Amino acid sequence: MADWSGYLNLILQGALVTAQLTIYGSALALVAAFLAGMGRLAPWRAVRWLSTLYIEFFRGTSIYVQLFWAYFVLPFMGITLSPLAAGILALGLNVGAYAAEVVRGAILSVPRDQYEATVALNLTGAQRMRHVIVPQALPLMLPTFGNNAIELLKATAVVSLISLTDMTFQAQIVRAQTGNTLIPFAMILILYFAMALLISAGMRSLERRMTRGLDGVR
Amino acid sequence: MEWDWNFVAEIMPTLLQGLRLTLLVTLLSAVVAAGLGLAFAILRRSENRLIAAPVGLVIEFIRGTPLLVQLYFIFYVLPDIGIVLPPLAAGVIGMGLHYATYTAEVYRAGIENVPRDQWEAARATNLTPRQTWIHVIVPQAVPPMIPALANYLIAMFKETPLLSAITVLELMNQAKSVANSSYRYIEPMTMVGMFFLAMSLVSVVILRWLEHRFGRLAK
Repeated sequence: MADWSGYLNLILQGALVTAQLTIYGSALALVAAFLAGMGRLAPWRAVRWLSTLYIEFFRGTSIYVQLFWAYFVLPFMGITLSPLAAGILALGLNVGAYAAEVVRGAILSVPRDQYEATVALNLTGAQRMRHVIVPQALPLMLPTFGNNAIELLKATAVVSLISLTDMTFQAQIVRAQTGNTLIPFAMILILYFAMALLISAGMRSLERRMTRGLDGVR
Repeated sequence: MEWDWNFVAEIMPTLLQGLRLTLLVTLLSAVVAAGLGLAFAILRRSENRLIAAPVGLVIEFIRGTPLLVQLYFIFYVLPDIGIVLPPLAAGVIGMGLHYATYTAEVYRAGIENVPRDQWEAARATNLTPRQTWIHVIVPQAVPPMIPALANYLIAMFKETPLLSAITVLELMNQAKSVANSSYRYIEPMTMVGMFFLAMSLVSVVILRWLEHRFGRLAK
């Protein structure tokens, strides 16, 4: 029971890894979500099909199985990932698949006349998305993205099972070394909750920024 | 390393045994989540702030923290205060509790969809709060929400591998023990993935049917 500051330090180091995973995972998820979400609306059948396959596969199987697959099976195919890379890959692609449906739904909910107006103005497909559709669809996506980011934060706990030293893993070490169970676990529960609150507060302020100037439109 | 069908046939009985436990855990946790979620939803709407506020806080806290850590908490911390649970019970309670906070939100939406005049009519006929909930509100609030609840059933099914961390011998744990003793990871892990994918595809069909059967009552 002596060296509590050392154990505290250990858990805070774990918190850093958890934060890292959440941030990189979210970044990957965002990219995957936009690629797959727009891919499902693309005019080419092959792209639509591929996006649907990705979304259904990652939503249909468990994040845990995906993580183990990335960490244990890929090396047999000649791709060896560090635990951190495997964690980011599995978390990002998994949450990206859920968020892709959000992107698709939000883009579809932009009124039809907006599309017609871009055609009338002779915008190219890329210009239409960049300047007209996405700026209007983004505020609709943000609240759900916030939920997705919190889901991702919670899913990071699973990486402790592939020997990545995140917060949950460090708490297990503290438990093994001190024999005290309540303090490490209660502490990381509170830290996770604080991070979740931080994400939802950040998302709310982002939402306010994004919707500025859109008042008359919707 | 090559894919070996003979090995797949060899490990199949073990995996199917794990699958059976996975399904059992899912169903038991679903019952806990469905019941407890309704209780959460009703308590959170209580007029007594001393009940509503703490329940709201508990729900937010459970939703904001990882299921895995909650499972560890139930499995490792509770024995210190004298509550020793077998792994399966700890898993069912942990998962049921976690998903109850999600189903509570579903029930809330269902309850808010019950027209105001139903509440007023219940008051006019002098029903007690208990009678109002049991005979008027719940029978109207729950059926339209069945498809949404089934969605969480599928989500729970996909979370069951977490229970392997507290030594429940479900599908994932069986696959891991097979893989560890034979040093072959490709077949067991891929088969587990396939099982999950197959079950998800089946459940999507069932979900469509449920939406068809119950979704219309909402209108």
